[in-house]
Amino acid sequence: MKEYSRTNTTVFYLILVCLSLMSLGPIVLMLLTSLKLKVDIFNEVSTFIFMPTLKNYSSVLHDPSLMRYLGNSLYVGLISTLLTLVMGCMAAYAIVRFRFMGRDAVSLSTLLMRMIPPAVLTVPVFAIWTFQYQLGNNLHGLILVYVAINLPFVIWILQSFIEQVPIQLEEAARVDGANPFQVFFLVVLPVIKPGLAAAAIFTFRIAWNEFILALVLTNRATRTTPVHISLFLTEHNIDWGQIMAMGMLIAIPPIIFTFVASKQIITGMTAGAVKG
Amino acid sequence: MKPTSIMNRATPFLFLAPAGIIMIFALLYPIGYLTVASFFDWRMGTPFADAVFNGFGNYAWILNDPNFHESFMVTITFAFTVVVLEMLIGVGLALMLERPILGMSVFRTIFILPMMIAPIVVGLVWRYMYNPQFGIFNKTLKKWGFEPIPWLSSPDWALPSVIIADIWQWTPFIFILSLAALQSLPRSSLEAARIDGASEWQQIIYIKIPLMMPVLVVAALLRMIDAFKVLEVIFIMTNGGPGLSTEIMSLQIYKTAFVSWELGRAAALSNVLLAIVLVITLAMFVYTKIRDARIARAQAAAEQY
Repeated sequence: MKEYSRTNTTVFYLILVCLSLMSLGPIVLMLLTSLKLKVDIFNEVSTFIFMPTLKNYSSVLHDPSLMRYLGNSLYVGLISTLLTLVMGCMAAYAIVRFRFMGRDAVSLSTLLMRMIPPAVLTVPVFAIWTFQYQLGNNLHGLILVYVAINLPFVIWILQSFIEQVPIQLEEAARVDGANPFQVFFLVVLPVIKPGLAAAAIFTFRIAWNEFILALVLTNRATRTTPVHISLFLTEHNIDWGQIMAMGMLIAIPPIIFTFVASKQIITGMTAGAVKG
Repeated sequence: MKPTSIMNRATPFLFLAPAGIIMIFALLYPIGYLTVASFFDWRMGTPFADAVFNGFGNYAWILNDPNFHESFMVTITFAFTVVVLEMLIGVGLALMLERPILGMSVFRTIFILPMMIAPIVVGLVWRYMYNPQFGIFNKTLKKWGFEPIPWLSSPDWALPSVIIADIWQWTPFIFILSLAALQSLPRSSLEAARIDGASEWQQIIYIKIPLMMPVLVVAALLRMIDAFKVLEVIFIMTNGGPGLSTEIMSLQIYKTAFVSWELGRAAALSNVLLAIVLVITLAMFVYTKIRDARIARAQAAAEQY
């Protein structure tokens, strides 16, 4: 084993702390700005000392339209996550246990899905949803796209969890007279809870953060928060304090998820590539 | 046949059906629709049934459109610059910081935060930091007595500014991946090199980098795919401007469809972008297959001894 001297160690951790500060800096700046009054923001001299205020948050949260958009985001995020998980784990189970397709087919389709730029989907999704499915300007239309986008990945990640469930467990249940649905819902699902949690975090985050499809599929009533923010920004006199407060509100759920499940998230980001 | 056996036989299909139906109607169908639509002269406001077939007209128009040429160059420049710089910085940092790290999970969590928050929010924060009057960069420059830089308002600076934001957001991805790759290198080869008197640099160039190569190639290709997908951050920071200096293809697709209302042309543009990304993706898939086959062969050979 190599020896590390004490000065080396100090320098080493100093570099790591600097990198962390760089990583966190813009996010902290957003937080600080959201706590500042207009006069402090427009002050030409940068100050770290200012009277923190919750005024931006209170005015943002008292705006009924923003509350509505936050509600829309939450509804779309939760329902699409739930649907994706239910359909995804059923499909993953069928693929693993009944030897449908191969692992290759699933990881290739996950990879292909990952590759599609969201902008490419805007034209067909807008046209089909509006003119054929009658789902334009409808939250359920948005849910439908998000479920479809997330399914390949969820199937891919749940597969590896289901493969680890001992088949004997299922056979025992079957001998006791359980039908395939009972085996799945009462025996398999409880065992793969960690996988479900990882998949849920991933799906919810994508639905919560997504912007461009939400922009073309929603109207004044069905907007999600990211769309609202972007429209707020194009106005001439930008109220940065309020914008940053809204930005924080959007950023909080993903930040919490990151602290809860950083390991699973890293696995997810390399989906379909590093371990095929 | 007994009812239970029918149910057993139907089960796999019943389990696959919901996911399959959704993916056919909400994924495969739109992609097919896109290809068909790209051959039609179709404007927003007219139903697709009234669109006029125009063969490769949209593609021909795109190829002759100077705006597309510029956007294409911007996209390629953005993607390659971002990937090269992020690889250099990320791998460099990983090589420098490779050793047992106390509290690595905390650092790792902090490093992935920029990738987790909504791209819209990332664009917002960077637009604020680049603000000419009260943005932190120009404030600092002024305080140190330098000229302020017109970050997002000058066509020469806008693309570099956007690239800097992307480097901030995504270098940690490369860093974390290459650190993990470094830490899982076979200790024996490094030990052997050290005993043979290889210097730090020689170890890095002749042993560490070649052994990390499989992971590095995949990481670079993944980043490349994502770089072609970027839209929101640039949408918020510059909306493609000034001029077309940051108008990446994703943004041009959106504008062609929902600002100029040329759905047929937007569909053709989408197909061009899709084709570029598809080539990279397939390259990656083939590469991982070859790599896995090679590993399997090496293992089989090792077992013979």
